[in-house]
Amino acid sequence: MSAVGAQAAPAAAPRRTDTWGQLLLQALRFGRTRVGLAIVGLVVAVAFLGPSIAPRSATGFVGIPFAPPSHAAPLGTDYLGRDVLSRFLDGGRAVLVLALVSTIIGVSTGTIVGLVAGYTLRAADEVLMRGMDLLLAFPSIVLVLMCITIIGPALWVIVLVVGISYMPPTARVIRAATLQVRDLDFIKYAEGIGVPRFRILLGEILPNVVAPLTVEFGLRLTYSIGLIASLDYLGFGVQPPAADWGLMIQENQSGLNVAPWPVLLPVLVIALVTVGSNLVTDGLGRAVSGVDRKVES
Amino acid sequence: MTRVILRRVGAGVLILWLASALVFTATQLLPGDAAQSLLGRYATPESVAALRAQMHLDEPPPLQYWHWLGGLVTGRWGTSLVSQQPVSQIVSTSIENTAILAVGTTVVATPLAIAVGTLSALRSDGRLDPIISVLTLVLAAVPAFVIGIALIYVLATSVVHVLPPASIIDPSRSIWQQLTVVVLPILTLVLGVVPYPIRMIRASMLEVLQSDYVLMARLKGLPERRVVLYHALPNAIAPTIQATALTLLFLAGGVVVVETVFGYPGFGRTLVEAVNDRDIRLIQTLTVILAAFYVTVNLAADLLVILVTPRLRASGAGGRT
Repeated sequence: MSAVGAQAAPAAAPRRTDTWGQLLLQALRFGRTRVGLAIVGLVVAVAFLGPSIAPRSATGFVGIPFAPPSHAAPLGTDYLGRDVLSRFLDGGRAVLVLALVSTIIGVSTGTIVGLVAGYTLRAADEVLMRGMDLLLAFPSIVLVLMCITIIGPALWVIVLVVGISYMPPTARVIRAATLQVRDLDFIKYAEGIGVPRFRILLGEILPNVVAPLTVEFGLRLTYSIGLIASLDYLGFGVQPPAADWGLMIQENQSGLNVAPWPVLLPVLVIALVTVGSNLVTDGLGRAVSGVDRKVES
Repeated sequence: MTRVILRRVGAGVLILWLASALVFTATQLLPGDAAQSLLGRYATPESVAALRAQMHLDEPPPLQYWHWLGGLVTGRWGTSLVSQQPVSQIVSTSIENTAILAVGTTVVATPLAIAVGTLSALRSDGRLDPIISVLTLVLAAVPAFVIGIALIYVLATSVVHVLPPASIIDPSRSIWQQLTVVVLPILTLVLGVVPYPIRMIRASMLEVLQSDYVLMARLKGLPERRVVLYHALPNAIAPTIQATALTLLFLAGGVVVVETVFGYPGFGRTLVEAVNDRDIRLIQTLTVILAAFYVTVNLAADLLVILVTPRLRASGAGGRT
């Protein structure tokens, strides 16, 4: 199952020194990390400061549907005649917050599974990783759709299921990194002096898988922004009349010919934030593999 | 070797069986009565009871599952709770339409990935590689529906109007007579999927190009083109299989959104509509089919890779990473 599904994971350097901060500093040496951070920072600023600088209410009507830009609505109106600029400024928080929370859920549970599976091996490993294989039998979006059918289109369902669907890939990466350190001397020492197993996992092994963990987090964050925006677009996420970037695209797609702004603006910003986040992730990945190369030589 | 294959197939079947049990158990939790909703609000209690019996709804869950699984395997998929059409009919039309997208995408994406990935590896010190690398990063990050909308804006609206913005298929004509409707969905899917196989091919080509026998071929003075085409590329068979599998796996999720963007009447849009309508019968069948597709592609790719890679064949390994 794994030859195809697994992402190429950077191997953990078998040393204890790279903390999250050092990794970020090393990543910042790459131009793409800085560009990515700047883009993400810009979009986050728009999403969180936007609601307070929006000229109008996001749900109030200001003119006829699909009106061209005017003094009252600087970027025109949407399919119901609401101010596009205000809706755009108000529509970003939900996607970003939901994506962040689901990534935290997915990566942290996946890390726990990966650590336990990789450290204990034997039966626990087999059961846990087969469970992950089972989850991998469904594409993320299908898993979400299935749960929406059962429980209903609630935001917490989306966050939870998107998180759960990112558990298996994270678990595989962390398990592989754990295998690289589990037999090293300091672990044997800790075992020898009777450190409890969960403290070995959290205190000894976890700090040594920080590098792949950080890269995995960036990767999953990028994907979950895209996935949650997609679900909003399909109409299963944020519900109208609330403003939301993904939903705005769906609502105004039919007017693309007459009034492109209510579609193009969210399209542009979703593209920007996902690309920015991926650039940062790539920079982190390069920092991690750069560290590795130095250790080997 | 045979044992390895048998183990893999066994594991695949087991996963699929568990997945079907998962789908069934999950959808069983649903409130509401399938028989009641099938017959409508004005049905008499007797007719509801009769249909319940016919649908095995009054049996204990394990027996229900047994009947459901039996029906699924033998192709008796029942009737959609919403449109009252046979599920098999809905599924076969939508699979047919989606297959056109899937085949089209794979046929374009795989050779494209091999070409770009190889080029990128060959120029890894030059200016081309970083450009390709950023391009794949961008395409891998942007969600498919955003790519689709952007393509609609550029190619199907006021900017350049060369293609239809929505895939409205005229049912009276064969799809082959209206192929323009599949161009944009396929283009979207290709752009969405191609970064992953490109990276995979690039990585394996880099490895091959640094191997001893490629060095040997170069030292013998063979022209670079010959070295690449006859010595290095044949070793990319295994990554090509994996790249194709990756494309297909991406498609399983990708068609859900992309078909909705273009209103393309395929598997993905049928699933979205079924979720909107809470058409449980249809959703159960569609999700199990998707899971079967996923597991089969994974399994087939794994087995093919073992078969074409002498190293794995000899050791009988190819174990989990």
